[in-house]
Amino acid sequence: MDRTILLRVQDLRTRFHTPEGTIYAVNGISYKLGEGETLAVVGESGCGKSVSMMSILGLIPIPPGEIASGSALYQGRDLLQMTDAELEQVRGKEIAMIFQDPMTALNPVLTIGRQITEVLERHMGMNHQQAHLRAVELLEMVGIPSAAARLRDYPHQFSGGMRQRVMIAMALSCLPSILIADEPTTALDVTIQAQIVELVIRLREQVGLAMIWITHDLGVVAGLADRVNVMYAGFIVEEAPVDDLYDNPRHPYTLALLAALPRVDRRRDRRLKSIPGAPPNLLVEPHGCPFAPRCEFVIERCRAETPPLTPVAPGHQIACWVDIDTGAAR
Amino acid sequence: MSVTDEAIAIAPRFAADELEAPPLTLRQLTWRRFRRHKMAMFGTMMLVLLIFYSFAGALFFTEDYANLTDTSLRLQPPSREHPFGTDTVGRDILARTIYGGQISLLIGLTAMLVEVIVGVLIGAIAGYYGGWLDALLMRFTEAVFVIPSIFLLIVMAKTFGTEIPDLSLLGRTFSGSVIVVVLIIGLTSWMYLARIVRAQFISLKEREFILAARATGTPAWQIIWGHILPNTMAPIIVSATLSIAAAILSESYISFLGMGVQPPTATWGNMLQTASSDFTKIQNAPWFWVFPGLLIVLTVLSINFVGDGLRDALDPRSRAA
Repeated sequence: MDRTILLRVQDLRTRFHTPEGTIYAVNGISYKLGEGETLAVVGESGCGKSVSMMSILGLIPIPPGEIASGSALYQGRDLLQMTDAELEQVRGKEIAMIFQDPMTALNPVLTIGRQITEVLERHMGMNHQQAHLRAVELLEMVGIPSAAARLRDYPHQFSGGMRQRVMIAMALSCLPSILIADEPTTALDVTIQAQIVELVIRLREQVGLAMIWITHDLGVVAGLADRVNVMYAGFIVEEAPVDDLYDNPRHPYTLALLAALPRVDRRRDRRLKSIPGAPPNLLVEPHGCPFAPRCEFVIERCRAETPPLTPVAPGHQIACWVDIDTGAAR
Repeated sequence: MSVTDEAIAIAPRFAADELEAPPLTLRQLTWRRFRRHKMAMFGTMMLVLLIFYSFAGALFFTEDYANLTDTSLRLQPPSREHPFGTDTVGRDILARTIYGGQISLLIGLTAMLVEVIVGVLIGAIAGYYGGWLDALLMRFTEAVFVIPSIFLLIVMAKTFGTEIPDLSLLGRTFSGSVIVVVLIIGLTSWMYLARIVRAQFISLKEREFILAARATGTPAWQIIWGHILPNTMAPIIVSATLSIAAAILSESYISFLGMGVQPPTATWGNMLQTASSDFTKIQNAPWFWVFPGLLIVLTVLSINFVGDGLRDALDPRSRAA
């Protein structure tokens, strides 16, 4: 399954210089995204999932933010070297993004129609009338009833699920090649979550979209993604095809995450396992494996050297010094 | 049918009615809250009457009549021919309050426009860009703040008052001093608005919908004017309304001190000034100052009521919905 590479991120490092010290948010991550592929990025809150995506789109406020190193090649051009004006041509048109909380991601004083048509007029060179017609089509596409009338409504007149549909319509309005979804279902209740995931899967096939789906919900990932990146403390610790990850997790953190996931097919009297300890303090420059203090397989080397991502199976890489089957060094 | 049965039969119908009522837009909600504010509605009606007085009144008297001096009619008390009396050079005070009203209201409105343009521009840029630009603009704002504006008004009026040629507008010729007065009032009163706008921008630019707008490739100027500014309209409208009243008052002050709009062009302020030039006239010819003074008080009061009403109506947390 070799695909044309759409986006190739190399050694991305993002830091924030705050009065409390430097926050090491993203610490040298590399990944690629193929055409039409869906990549899930999972990890707990504050592990750098969102920051790594916002970095490549230039949405990090600089200062206090700083992109210390890295490149993000999209169609042969490095997004990190682009000027603001060039990036504005990419954002929304080539790479679109939807956000976690649809309640706050729409401007409360502008009508839905205005917010959608503005994007269309800017990126697609449409006049107001064309943009209006297209906006109606888009709202119908994402399943909003009586779309034409609802264009005149304000965001507060929509429910949470409907607003997320509007966000999706806006994101897809210019037929981008990549959609970055930053926890788009987290703020919604479970039944609506399922509807949104279904909608996205349907649209992905219609439009031929490549997606990066950021989430901390491993359950959503299974039915959606082709590949998964597991992030921890600003590092990618495991990268694997989705089935391989669930059947055969190789990194101690992934193993612990999966053990903490409630499953229908598991005995009910067994308690879910939580991961002992707390995520590392990002104010300290990373040294050694970030997961070492909480890892049950830890060896001497883990505390001294940061493990690089190395292949363990086709398409499957981990950043770990230990083989979790034997507990011995690899 | 028992009472409970009846209640049950009615209940779903009520619920359905409520659901079918179309939701109100922001504008409708604002208008509804404004309408229920009694003082604000009184102020609005007062203002409409005052504007009608100043502009429709001009149909009954010509400006030449308002500026016509007839020394044989000096200081006549109110009478059938001159309902508001005459001034020291025999001009009809009624006609002069009509033409003076036009100038006073126009000064209030245009000075407010100058203030809003400068204040919003400086506040928006400082708040959105932050950093050294913010520091620079805010120090400048503070610098203008600490200059006592009444002295600045006087000095500027004295310096530029005579250098601007007259201009024609709405079929009338205005003394060039009107423009000077508008500019100096506008340029000495934008600081509060700039601070309000800056504070709003600082908090709004961190909101997620601004991040979302940037993620769709919206350029900075479009974010400032198209996305953040509409969210700050409430405080701007309220502040602008109140500043019309302040501008009318400022114009009275400087005219009162004899440095505002130059006669024979009448304003309510410079009419007061001529009246007060001699203490005995204040006592002996009250009609001289009562009428322009009353009109200023009414106008400022009405505008302040409207401003209060707008503040309550535009506040989404307001209880009266």
